Amino acid sequence: MDHLRPVAAGGPSPEDGPPAPDLVDLLRLSGRGDEAAFARLYDATASRVFGLALRVVRDRAQAEEVTQEAFLEIWRTSGRYDPDRGSPLSWLLTITHRKAVDRVRAAEASSRRDATYHQQNQPVDHDATAEAAQASLEARRVRGALEHLTEVQREAVSLAYLGGYTHTEVATMLDLPVGTAKTRIRDGLIRLRDALGVGS
Amino acid sequence: MNERIDLHALSGAYAVDALDDLERASFERHLAECPECRAEVASLREAAGLIAETTTAEPPAELRAQVLAGIGSIRPLPPEVPVPTARRRRTPRLLVAAAAAVVLVGAGAVVWEQPWETSTTQEVSVADQVLQAGDAKRTSLDFPGGASATVVHSDSLGRAVIVTKDMPPPPEGKVYELWLDQPGRGMVPAGLMPVRPDQTVPLTGDAATATGAGITIEPEGGSAEPTTKPIALFDFGRAGA
Repeated sequence: MDHLRPVAAGGPSPEDGPPAPDLVDLLRLSGRGDEAAFARLYDATASRVFGLALRVVRDRAQAEEVTQEAFLEIWRTSGRYDPDRGSPLSWLLTITHRKAVDRVRAAEASSRRDATYHQQNQPVDHDATAEAAQASLEARRVRGALEHLTEVQREAVSLAYLGGYTHTEVATMLDLPVGTAKTRIRDGLIRLRDALGVGS
Repeated sequence: MNERIDLHALSGAYAVDALDDLERASFERHLAECPECRAEVASLREAAGLIAETTTAEPPAELRAQVLAGIGSIRPLPPEVPVPTARRRRTPRLLVAAAAAVVLVGAGAVVWEQPWETSTTQEVSVADQVLQAGDAKRTSLDFPGGASATVVHSDSLGRAVIVTKDMPPPPEGKVYELWLDQPGRGMVPAGLMPVRPDQTVPLTGDAATATGAGITIEPEGGSAEPTTKPIALFDFGRAGA
């Protein structure tokens, strides 16, 4: 799970440019049909949406399709976003993740699965997408928080969230008794949540 | 109570889309009744979403243009107007059912549902209601290769649900379309099946009048009437009716 390991801080993070737009406002404006607001929303979030889609589906062309589907869905449903239920980013990424997972499951591409499983079980190079990722403060903070998870929790969370596998598949991949992977995933996410101090 | 505990333990897997369709359906039913689980799922999704900070990647520039061109032809949905507990009484059941069916049937193509919407439980409850109806009748078919499909219909609810197991994906560029056989009208479209091996999908249309249901393979997007021979036909056993 090299991609979830903390990496050495690589210089100052590119925290420059104009202040981050308020995503709640942008979503609200999008819901009223404000295309310019939606364009700003896209600019503020596309690298996360695309990065997550790419990590799950692994294929760039498919990741682009998933990203496009996700943003069209976000546009369509933006008026229904409810800030009381979570942050805008979480909402966007939930939509994205669902679409990415639907894509890989629908593809039923056993070859991909086998290949991926193989990769997961070898000491892989540092993930290319993570490599390309901006070493933002937030990413470093998340990697640090992931260190609070046990190894098996971290692997279970990673296989489920970034690998797009079901908890049953995760159990098999990690040689866990069926039914325990879901507990590892939950415990891992709770630890991550508490370490990051979000949403509780 | 055991079941409740088990379901609660699924919150993490649910938050990261790691449940299979059946588990997801039961967990969403549970979510509708469990505010603690809703809060937990929301908080775990916040945490999971932050993992995406570690995988950011710049999409190609042309994707932005495609997305922005795409939204021009899509009307944003209106906000949900809060209709507290009166909703169930005020909304005709069939309307809720029809709207809900759109949600589930669309799951493979156009997803209308909101990730945190507990209203997804509405469509679950349609399937659930049919499956648990006192007058539910089941018609099962086994396909060569081990797949199976069961249509459950309830005349009192006027709805039918199809439950599939190990369904292979349809041929590239094709979809499985569902049909209800309506007397005098023939096969009437009843929705498209999401591409998933195991699922529970309500059929749109009045199952109380239908004499049967069918599945055909159609071009993407579906057809207004069957263009191929059905791969499955389910007889509701109304001979002579």
